[in-house]
Formats: sequence, structure tokens, C-alpha cells
Amino acid sequence: MAAIPAGGRRGVDMTDIGNVQAGPVAAPGAARPRVQVVPLRGLPVVAAVVVFVIASIAGNWLWALTFCHVAGGALWTAVDLFVGLIVGPILGRLSVPARAEFSARFMPAMVLLMPTLVLMTLAAGFQLALKEGNLSAANPNHPWLIASFCVVGVMAVIALGVLEPANLTVLVEMRKERPDAEVIALLMRRFIYTAGITGLMQVATLIIMTRVATQ
Amino acid sequence: MRRLPPVAPLTVASLALVVIGGILLASSVPRQPPLAAPAALTAVSAALVLVSAFLLSRLKEFAWPRFFLAFRWALLAYVISAAMIGFAFVRDHTRGTSLALVIVMLVIFALDVPMIIAFTVARYSSPPYSP
Repeated sequence: MAAIPAGGRRGVDMTDIGNVQAGPVAAPGAARPRVQVVPLRGLPVVAAVVVFVIASIAGNWLWALTFCHVAGGALWTAVDLFVGLIVGPILGRLSVPARAEFSARFMPAMVLLMPTLVLMTLAAGFQLALKEGNLSAANPNHPWLIASFCVVGVMAVIALGVLEPANLTVLVEMRKERPDAEVIALLMRRFIYTAGITGLMQVATLIIMTRVATQ
Repeated sequence: MRRLPPVAPLTVASLALVVIGGILLASSVPRQPPLAAPAALTAVSAALVLVSAFLLSRLKEFAWPRFFLAFRWALLAYVISAAMIGFAFVRDHTRGTSLALVIVMLVIFALDVPMIIAFTVARYSSPPYSP
């Protein structure tokens, strides 16, 4: 259960991960960064990537599918591992104002980057597996691909059901005139723990994919 | 102290079921997949999302404008994602009952995620967090 602060407010069950460090969101005298939940400048890039992936699938282009899967997967894995195992633990030890300031700059980028990388990797990967015959039950890679589906499924539920709502809520909270430090601290803890879990799941993905590539 | 109904856990459970159903379907491609288990999972998933929507609709003193703002934009994003996944299945010659099941699953997926996002965003803009 989250600690109930003096004001009588209480944390929410789903986010009851531990004690909450409440405090001011911005350091005294420091200007709060202006938060844009979805960086609009990034949308054309996302649209271009989506169009490229659709064209690759429609044309069944081997090079483009491989590029989307390998480049998207490499970036997805690298970002997840870096954030989950390096940035997350560091973030967990920062003060609430420092976390808030970091999040205000970091999370909007993640809001666009991660879903795009995931979509690019999975859509191209599935098509590639079909094209290469890896999904056929007789193929030795078939069990490994099923294992990778399961790993991706777990990551999808964590990312879409927990991580992304927490990210967006932190950003919305930070746009308020008086952000609630307790809410931000609770949700940041959710972010840190789930990013750690998805980071570890990425290690499983690396093992499976290197196995598939060398069968 | 205010307890909200378990909208988020129910919707996450619905999402998890639809993801498991999707894995079962995708693991059988390109053969004709057995549909019983994915269909059952989809039915339970749909029931959970309906219960979740019902519980949500009964909420009073909730930041509905913020909920709908987040829901709209998230819906747009996840409809595009779902459409892309659907396109891949159509492109790979999934037809008939299998395709219908995939479409139902994608509709649930495209509703689940925006609902979780919008509910999480709006709950912290509702009393007691915001007057």
C-alpha cells in the first residue's frame, strides 16, 4: 500500500508499489519545462515509417522487410535494455523534481518512438517469417518463433496496459498548473519497474532471435 | 478515500486474452488455424471489456472531458495499428471465419488500449486528485 500523506490523499491500488516520495515537482525558483504530450514534429516521421512498412508488406520486398525487422528490433531492444536496466534504476534514485524534469523531456519522445518501433518490428517480422517459411510447423524455427510470440505478448500487455498509460498520465499531470508530486512519484515507480521487466524480456528475445538466425 | 471500479485491471485482462488468442492464431499460420480456443478467449475478452465499459459509464465525478480527449487520440493511433495488423493478415490470405475472428480481436485491441490509457489519465484528474 502507498503511504497516505498528511493531506489524506491516497495512492491507487494498481500503482501501490512502495512508499511515495512526495515533494515539490519543480525545484524552488526553477522554471518548469513546458510539456508536450505528443511531439507533433515527430508525427511525419512516424507516418513515413508506417507507409514504408505497409509498402514493404504489400510488395513483399525481402530487403525492406528485413531492414524494418532488424533495424526496428535492434533499436527496440537497445532502447528497452538501456532504459530498463540503466536509466530506470538511476531514475529511481533521483529526487522527485529531478525525475519530473527528466520525464518532461524524455517521455514525449518515448510516446512516439516505442509504438513505432514495435509496429515496425512486429509487422515486418511476421511477414518475413511467413515469407521465409519459418512459421511452417515442419520448420525447426517454428517452436522458437512461438516462444518469441509469447515473449512479445507479455511485453505488449505490460507496455500497452501499464507502461504507456503511466507515461501519458505523468505527462498530462505535468501539464497541470499544480502537478501532484505524489501522482508523478507513483506512476514513475510503475514506469521504472515495468521498464525493468521489459528490459529482461528483451534478453529472452535476443536469445531466441540469435537462435533462429543460426538454426 | 475514493475507490474506483476495477476498470483498468479488467481491461488489461481483456487485452491479455486477446493477445493470447492472437498468438494462438498467428502460430498456426499459414495453415488453417483451430478456432475454438481463440474464439473462446475472444468471447471472454469481449465480455470483460463490456463489463469494464459498463462500470466506467456509471462513474460520477470523473474527468470525462479529459477521458474523451485521451480516448479519441489513442483510438486514432490504435485503429491505425490494428488496421496494419489486419492488413498483414489479409495480405497473407487469411479468409472466412479466421479473418472475421482476427477482425473482432483487432476491434477489441483497438478499444482496450485507448480505454486503459484514457481511464488512467482521467482518474488522476478526477476527485480526490483534482477538485
